This record gives sequence, C-alpha cells and structure tokens, in this order.
Amino acid sequence: MKLLNYTTTYFAVILVFLLAFWALIFYFEILDEIYDSMDDGLDNQKMLIIRKARQEPSILEKSAFEDGNYIITPTTPELSKDYTDAYRDTLMFMENESEYEPVRLLESVFQQDDSFYKIKVVTSMVEEDDLQKELFFSLLWLYLGLVLTIVLLNSFFQQKAWKPFYKLLRRLENFSIEKDDKIKFEKTNIEEFQLLNKRVDRLLKKSVESYKSQKEFIENASHELQTPLAISINKLELMAENADLPPKQMEELGAVLQSLEKLTRLNRSLLLLSRIENRQFAETEKIDWNALVKQIIAEFEDFVVHRDVKIILSEEESNEHSGNKDLAGILISNLLKNAILHSHSGSAVEVNISSGKIEFKNPGTKALVTSRIFSRFKGAEKADSTGLGLAISKAIADKMNLELSYTYTSQKHVFTIKFQSS
Amino acid sequence: MKILIIEDEKDMRHNMQATLEKEDFLVEPVATYKEALSKIGVYDYDCILLDIGLPDGNGLEILKTLKNKGYSDSVIIVSAKDSLDDKVHGLELGADDYLPKPFHMAELNARVKAVLRRRKLDGSNLLKVANVTINIDSHQVKVNSEELELNRKEFDVLFYLCTNQNRLVSKSALAEHVWGDYIDQSDNFDFIYSQIKNLRKKLSDKNAGLEIKAIYGIGYKLLVV
Repeated sequence: MKLLNYTTTYFAVILVFLLAFWALIFYFEILDEIYDSMDDGLDNQKMLIIRKARQEPSILEKSAFEDGNYIITPTTPELSKDYTDAYRDTLMFMENESEYEPVRLLESVFQQDDSFYKIKVVTSMVEEDDLQKELFFSLLWLYLGLVLTIVLLNSFFQQKAWKPFYKLLRRLENFSIEKDDKIKFEKTNIEEFQLLNKRVDRLLKKSVESYKSQKEFIENASHELQTPLAISINKLELMAENADLPPKQMEELGAVLQSLEKLTRLNRSLLLLSRIENRQFAETEKIDWNALVKQIIAEFEDFVVHRDVKIILSEEESNEHSGNKDLAGILISNLLKNAILHSHSGSAVEVNISSGKIEFKNPGTKALVTSRIFSRFKGAEKADSTGLGLAISKAIADKMNLELSYTYTSQKHVFTIKFQSS
Repeated sequence: MKILIIEDEKDMRHNMQATLEKEDFLVEPVATYKEALSKIGVYDYDCILLDIGLPDGNGLEILKTLKNKGYSDSVIIVSAKDSLDDKVHGLELGADDYLPKPFHMAELNARVKAVLRRRKLDGSNLLKVANVTINIDSHQVKVNSEELELNRKEFDVLFYLCTNQNRLVSKSALAEHVWGDYIDQSDNFDFIYSQIKNLRKKLSDKNAGLEIKAIYGIGYKLLVV
C-alpha cells in the first residue's frame, strides 16, 4: 500500500466515526434548541391567548382547533390546583399534507373570574425523519469533501515534501551491489531525510565493503583448496604413468584419484554456490531458452545413450527471457542431469517447454520430501553425486528471478522452472 | 621447444615440469615474479606458463611487460582463481589461453601443444601417429591414405589421445575435454566407454597401428603397436 493511500485510508476510517459521533451530538443539540424555542413560543402564545380571553370571553368557548391553534375547555379547581404546564409531542391531522404530522402541544390551566380553564396550544414541529435525512446527506457530502481534500493535499504535499524520499527509493531500487555503482543523494532541508540519507549511505558502504571482502574470501578459499587438490591429483597421475605398478595397486590408485576428483567437484560446486549467492554473475543478455535446452540435450546425448534413457522434448512455445547465460546453462544442465540420473534404464525423461515455463519429468516410485530437496547435501541418494546440484539450481533460480518448484504427479517427479512475466 | 614455468607452488611446478619434460620440451621453472622478469629479459621462450598469484607480484604484470616489449612468446595463464574477471582481463592483455586449477596433466599437455601449433605456423596442421594422420583443421583422419569416418566426439577423443600419446589420460580429463563444461559434474564417466569401444572398432577395421589401452579404472593410454 502506498504511503498516500495508507494515510488517506486511516483518515477516511477515522472520519466516519468522528463525523457520526459529531452528527449525533449535533442532532440532539439542534433538536433540544428547537424544542426550547418552540416551547418558549407556545408559552408566549398561551399568555397572549389568556390576555385576549380577558377582553374577549367568547374565545373561552373554542373547544376545537379548526382555524386556530388552541382550544380552551373548562375544568375544575381541584384539577387545576396542582397543575403545572406540560409540553408533549403528539400527532395532528394536517390538511395540507393529508396525514398525521407531529406537533408540539402545551397544556396549561388558567383562572378567569372564578372559573378554571384548561388551554391547549399547538404548533407544528420539525419532522425528525426529514431532519435526520437532511443531516445525513449533508454529512455525506461533508465527508466526501473532506476525504477528497485530504487526498489532494496529501498528494500535493507528498510531491513536495517527500520528493527526496521517493528519489532515494528509486535509486535504491536500481542499485546493484555487484555493479559497484554509487548512489547519489538528493540535497534536502528536512532533517529526517538528511538522517535517512546519511544512514543509507553508511549502510550501503558497509554492505559494499563486506560484499567485497566476501568475494575476496571466496577467491582466497578457492586458491587455497584448488592448489593442493591439483598437486595431489597431478602427482597421482604422474605416478600412475611412470611407476610400473601391479594391477592391484593401480586400482587402488584409481580409487584415490576418483575420490580426489569428487572432492574437486564438490569444492567447485561449493564455490559456484557461494558465487551465485554472492551475486557474482551480474551480466545479463537475452536468452533463447528453447535453443539452450536443445543444445544441452545434445551435449548429454552420449550420457543418455549410456544410461539407456530417452529424452522426449516437446516445445509448445518459445521462451525468450533475459538473464545470465552461464547460470541458465548450469540450471538447465543440472535439472536435466538430475532427471537422467534418477531414471531407471529403459525409461524416458520428458522436457516440456510451454508458455512461461519449462518442465523436467522423470518416472519415480514415491514423492520426495519437498522441504528438503533444495537444501545442501539433503537430496543426494546416489553415492557419486555431490548433493549440491539441486541447491545450486535453486540458488540460480532465485538469482535469476525464476520460480523453481517440485511436484510429484502420476508417478513422475516434476521440476518446473517458471518465468516471471515482467 | 623452450617452455618457462612461472609457478610459486613447488609441487605444482615439479608436476608441470615432469609432464612437459616427458614430451621432450626444454623446461625452465621459476618461482617468483623477480626471477621470471630476469628470465624473460634474457631468453626467448616458445611458451610461458604463468601463474597469476605470485607472492612478490601479480602475474598479469609480467604479461603486460611481455606485450609492451613486443615479445611473441605464447602465454598460458594458469590460475587457481577461476574468476571470470581474471580470465577476461588476461585474454584481453594478450594471453593465448587460460587454464584454471586444478587441471589434469593431459590437459596441460594438450593446451601447450595447441598453443604452440597455433603460434608457430610451422605448416603442420597434420598430426601423424603411426599410420594414422589427423588433419587438425579439417577434422579428417586417414589411416595410410584411406579415409576414416568419425563423428565429432570420436574425432575429439582420438585427437586428445594422440596429443597425449603414450600417456595415461584419466577418464575425467577426457570427459572434461571432449564433453565440455556441463558434463564435468556428471559424477560418473562410464559413458565414455561406449565411445572408446566404437573408436577401437573403427581403428581396427582400417588396420590402424594404434591401440587404446584401458588402465585399471583410471583411464586410457594410446599406444603405437
């Protein structure tokens, strides 16, 4: 979620409650005020009528509302004695709207000469449902207006005030540690952004530094290990060539050589793995994956024939995506090799290239443990495998932004490379 | 043919020297940057095997010095730093080849011979072993004067074994050289056997005076019979 949307959403949600709460208070305050002034009016009217009745006693006979807004009925002194003025809401039939509408009614008693009279004065009242409706719509408009204002102000301020922040974000997005480029920081007067820039700069410098020292370490480790390995292998090769050893000892020598060569491969794989994870394969180019797959299948031809396995390639779609070609080659060959090695003789490895993905299928008897197959030294069951092939494949896939997954369907192991549609 | 080995690791140097002396090359080994500079100032070499990581200097500097002075000595960089940067940099500076450690003795031998062949242009694009003649450029093989039909892999195997005639070539050396980068981790090189079998059959059909001898699980040796 964008920063702008985030704050706006917060405001929008808070405003709903705030406005509703405020409207409630407002509504009752207004209503209270209306009643108050209506009641004052009714009281005033009552006094006017009573005064009028003293001059014009005929109105004391007015017992129906008809054309006036009051009635006067006689009452007894007993009833009048403790009577206090009462205001009530009631309904009255309105001729103009042909329905009962709420009215405010004042009941009171008064004494004229020796008789007691009860007087009822009415006045038409606010229709509460109408008031509520009006209030609701006004608030709705107010709410929408406020949200719109917030959005506009936010985006305006964001463009102004947050400019250095977004610039930094864009630069960080394009930053790549293996390319050894520097980030230029925007000058800003805002203290927080100055601090942010300073910290990011320091962090980046540290990362670049440790990246470099790691790279050096790997190269040094490589140097230290490869040379003694080379010496051992070469010495044994020369010994096997020169010394006239009996067959039994030659075989022993062969076994030692094989182990050393396995060690060499293991070392090479480990180095490759750390180099991939250290993102040392920065160059990218457009790769024709179909051609690459075909090329590698061709290179495995003799191997495949020897293992008595068939490779069935089906191409539905051509896939062209950019990436590092060396890595792509290692990825494809690892998966293909894996499928071939784990197929029994006489069976077939299927390679399907379809839109956005490449699948490698080989027959198997039971599913592998998905959580472990891509871990180092976990997948290997065969004695002469390094146990790093799939870990390397996974590291390459991650590095190349590909999705590498394993499933087991209809008695087949399926490894799938999915291309991210970018 | 004179070859200078610049390599600081004593055992490595001895191995390389022993291998190349078996091919009747005149080999001079040096261990340091200083020694190397004084040698190349005085003598001409046909091929220089250059280790980049020397204790008293960078091997690439030696390469620069050579090229600046206009010497035509062939240079093969031998490095334990199998790093792309070094390789690209070295080849840009004018090295003829780049051989990452660890390598097989057979591979070293093949690379040196290939560089010498390319450099010297002594008219010989033909390699003759017994009654077999290999045309390196056209990939044609003749037994006596009769054409021997080989596919690409069979040709590569035969050529590699002939380059390392009378020497033990291990299976993994052969596989890495002929089958290339992707196969080198395929853990088991038994598949080479079927190629060797086909090759043997074709050679004996034409009465070639060559024998490919298997050496107890280690590899093969090409012998003249």
